Amino acid sequence: MKKPYVVLIGLLVLSLMFSSCATAATEEPAAAAEAAQVEEAAEEAEVAPMEEAAEPFRVAVVMPSAINDVAFSQSMYEALLFVQEKMGGADAFDFVYSENMFVVDDAAAAIRDYATQGYDLVIAHGSQYGSSLQEIAPDFPDTSFAWGTTVDTFGIPNIFAYEAASQEGGYVNGVIAASLSTSKKIGVIGPIETGDAKLYVDGFKVGAEATDPAIEVSVNWTGSFSDVALASEAATTHIANGADVLTGSAQMVVGAIGKAQESDVLWFGTQANQTSLAPSIVVASQVYHWEGVLQEMIGLINAGTLGGQSFTLTLANGGEVIEFNPDYALPDDVKALADSTVQGIIDGTITITLPAAE
Amino acid sequence: MISDLFSTTVIIGIISSGIRLATPYLYASLGETFSQRSGVLNLGVEGQMLMGAFAAFYVALKFGSLWGGVLAAILVGAVFGLAMAFVSNNLHAAQGISGIGFYLFGLGMSNLLFQKMIGTVETVQGFPKIYIPFLSDIPGIGEIFFSHNILVYIAFFLVPVAWFVLNKTTLGLKIRAVGENPDAADSLGVSVIRVRYFTVIFGGVMSALGGASLSIALLNVFQQNMTSGLGFIAVALVYFGGWRPWGILGGALLFSMVNSLQLWIQVLGIPIPSEIALMMPYILTILVLVVSTSKVRGPSALSKPFERGD
Amino acid sequence: MKSRLSSLLDAFLPVLATLAALLVGAIMLLLLKANPLVAYKALWDGAFGSTNAVAETLVKATPFLLVGLGICISFRANVMNVGGEGQMIIGAIFATWVGLNVKGMPGWVLITLAMLAGVLGGGIWGGIPGILKAYFNVNEILSTIMMNAIAVQLMNYLLRGPMIDPAQAKAASQIPQTARLEEIYRLPRLVPTRLHFGALIAVILAILVYVLLWRTTLGFRIRAVGENPDAAKYGGIKVQRYVVIALLLGGAFAGLAGATQVFGVNYRIITDGSSTGFTGNAGFNGIVAALFGQLHPLLTIPASIFFGGLLVGANTMQRMVQVPSALITALNGLVVIFVVSSEIWRKKRQRRREVVALQINEPPETQAKSKETGA
Repeated sequence: MKKPYVVLIGLLVLSLMFSSCATAATEEPAAAAEAAQVEEAAEEAEVAPMEEAAEPFRVAVVMPSAINDVAFSQSMYEALLFVQEKMGGADAFDFVYSENMFVVDDAAAAIRDYATQGYDLVIAHGSQYGSSLQEIAPDFPDTSFAWGTTVDTFGIPNIFAYEAASQEGGYVNGVIAASLSTSKKIGVIGPIETGDAKLYVDGFKVGAEATDPAIEVSVNWTGSFSDVALASEAATTHIANGADVLTGSAQMVVGAIGKAQESDVLWFGTQANQTSLAPSIVVASQVYHWEGVLQEMIGLINAGTLGGQSFTLTLANGGEVIEFNPDYALPDDVKALADSTVQGIIDGTITITLPAAE
Repeated sequence: MISDLFSTTVIIGIISSGIRLATPYLYASLGETFSQRSGVLNLGVEGQMLMGAFAAFYVALKFGSLWGGVLAAILVGAVFGLAMAFVSNNLHAAQGISGIGFYLFGLGMSNLLFQKMIGTVETVQGFPKIYIPFLSDIPGIGEIFFSHNILVYIAFFLVPVAWFVLNKTTLGLKIRAVGENPDAADSLGVSVIRVRYFTVIFGGVMSALGGASLSIALLNVFQQNMTSGLGFIAVALVYFGGWRPWGILGGALLFSMVNSLQLWIQVLGIPIPSEIALMMPYILTILVLVVSTSKVRGPSALSKPFERGD
Repeated sequence: MKSRLSSLLDAFLPVLATLAALLVGAIMLLLLKANPLVAYKALWDGAFGSTNAVAETLVKATPFLLVGLGICISFRANVMNVGGEGQMIIGAIFATWVGLNVKGMPGWVLITLAMLAGVLGGGIWGGIPGILKAYFNVNEILSTIMMNAIAVQLMNYLLRGPMIDPAQAKAASQIPQTARLEEIYRLPRLVPTRLHFGALIAVILAILVYVLLWRTTLGFRIRAVGENPDAAKYGGIKVQRYVVIALLLGGAFAGLAGATQVFGVNYRIITDGSSTGFTGNAGFNGIVAALFGQLHPLLTIPASIFFGGLLVGANTMQRMVQVPSALITALNGLVVIFVVSSEIWRKKRQRRREVVALQINEPPETQAKSKETGA
């Protein structure tokens, strides 16, 4: 009869051990986002006495990876934090999220549940969620939905679509990369050959080849968004092949950035600002600023338009920004070329012709 | 373009990156060999690797001590191994399934701790490459064999050690006896439970070290689910190697080198779809086993809980 | 009277174990500054709190049950099939191909054909490791793990190339997904929720698998091979053939699970590069469900529902209390460990009952004998 207690106590001790470490850390200010999160949870619990204030605008977002992935999901999370601050905190703008919803089916359940709970805007931040949205949105005609990255609203009046013209930033990165490469070999690491990653990679290639036709851009797809070890070894392979500039898309590239730093090879980031990962070798990152799109959608929703429009982040509308690493000494002429390329894309003098789809 | 594959750069690249990629497999597979040889199937390797990777990374990041990180991984691996040993030895839990439980727990826990204690993706200065005067300078050979970090060397050094312990020591004899015929071993006075506690804890420690070899020696970063299936491949390699350390070395090197070959195929722009290239290591591993005619049999008592006088 | 209480205890043992795991989880929740009571209320409501919640739980449980049925068969033959993920994917691809390319047929005929295609695809993907094991001595754990990875890459290739949605092939976004199934080709829904006909198919199949395993020669032979291959061989059973059959059937059920996911839930295949995005880990969760159901097809039904509910409820909990998804994963792991560990008390009581039964039924001599050899 003693044994069940032994088990319980054993596992209790085990989990206590781990969780006590966890508390130690939450006391540190490191996780600022977490603090915000906790406050929010507290806020929700005491939502009743806030009657006097105007109803906050409520947003729910479903994301495929973690909010701290230094890539796709983080870019949206940061945008939401930014909008929240701009709109005056959680009283005016309240948002909740479900992260790591890589199971499409679970995401669908989450989207439906958020809609049932009466959120003003439900964002499905992943192109794999579109199909689910197409099913769900018609059942909640008073709720606004948004999804990306795509331009397709399915013709449903309460769906917004958003995407990033990641080929534009890819092109600029490619131009700078080609100018900086001395070996004339550039390596690219991508997850699977589709979607946002493919756009970025194609744009990057076109940009690099336009700058220097002799440049050789080789691409390595790892077939996974999470295989850090394979991404790292892909970087090593590029370097061994003579590449002196690397870039890549998706959250597994953190492994590749480390290898680039070790071998003192330059890196270009995309989706989020990746400078902090390797301050000595990151030249520039294409950063998505979804906040503009978010604010536009909120404005439309408040004015009574619940969807039917699509938005594209571009360099021209400020949704995409090339953020340079201040610690990297970019030669003036290259910086000038980069700026003029950005300007050219904005005013239309540079058009990016992507290779035809298969 | 295919002929590019046979240049010295590529061959050296394939072998040296094969050695690096094989490292985490070696740790985890050797550990798993010990527990399977004693009759315990541990499918929780992946979870243990993640916990080890996190523990090592955390200590390296916050306290700046790489060996402290290794120690932390060993401790965490031992705790996980202890829990697995308790569940499978004392509670006779179905081992395949409790392993899946530990995998899920490790997957979630490592990520939870990462979010709460570190918060964002950061990098550490991991174990540096060891430069051996003269040897490291030999063209080709130097890059293949003498340009790795300490945890890589330890992994390869552990292969003969594991072989020796399993085949030439009393401990090894006990382990094999317990895995083949626990009742007989028991009647000869070997404590089946104690041996299995040892092997499963050792397996946990080795898996955690495999994780640490990723987070503080090879990749120098921690990210949620960073092993992404490595631990399951490590279990598969135990079968590939026929529960023998040298066979596991062969399997780990084969799998890793073919993986690195497919990276080169892509980098050199050889026109086959990337997905087909990515399938290669998996297909070849199976094919090699098909054509090799070895008839190894697993430990008879594998995944059967021991009950005295049953 | 006493034995009824005891079997009642057996039935509630997994529940008690789950509660114990949730208690540990409660501590973790407290440390994350979340109220465990609120959190667990959300979990319960999310899993069973409303008609829709129950429907979602059953939708989630359906592939677990189908995969689990295959596991019941293959594990009974002592074949460790961990290739459910890959088998589901291939089954889904076969079925979807039929659904998109075969034209001019009444809906139900096409659906039937597509389901059979799924069975075929999964059967092939399970049969290959079966042949490899039976005739080439390749361990099935190894080959099925490898076949999972191969299936994922195959899916990724097909979904961005030959099978991509024609609309996406033209669009810049190139989302890796197939075209959507036409409405008449979808599995009918049972109630106005997402609950689809596949759930019913799964339950019927559970009964059929029970009949197969305990009422047919094939089932008897599969079990004989699993219990003692040497004796089975001696008894004239072609052991190798039944190893292949066991893996083939295991794969076929997983393939059907993949097919019903497409025809009942998603109406297309979408990939996020991994297998999980499509399968929801059902290939592994099905193993857990089958083992919780003690490899009994009928007991696998409640086990699948239990796991489906746990996962659906946990996701609701993440939404309502905003705890990190990582905690949910860890908690699921704890539940698995606790439940599987609690089995020992059921077994112990079962043995005690058997001993009691022995003592009542057997003549004194054997009773003495059994005491001697027993504990």
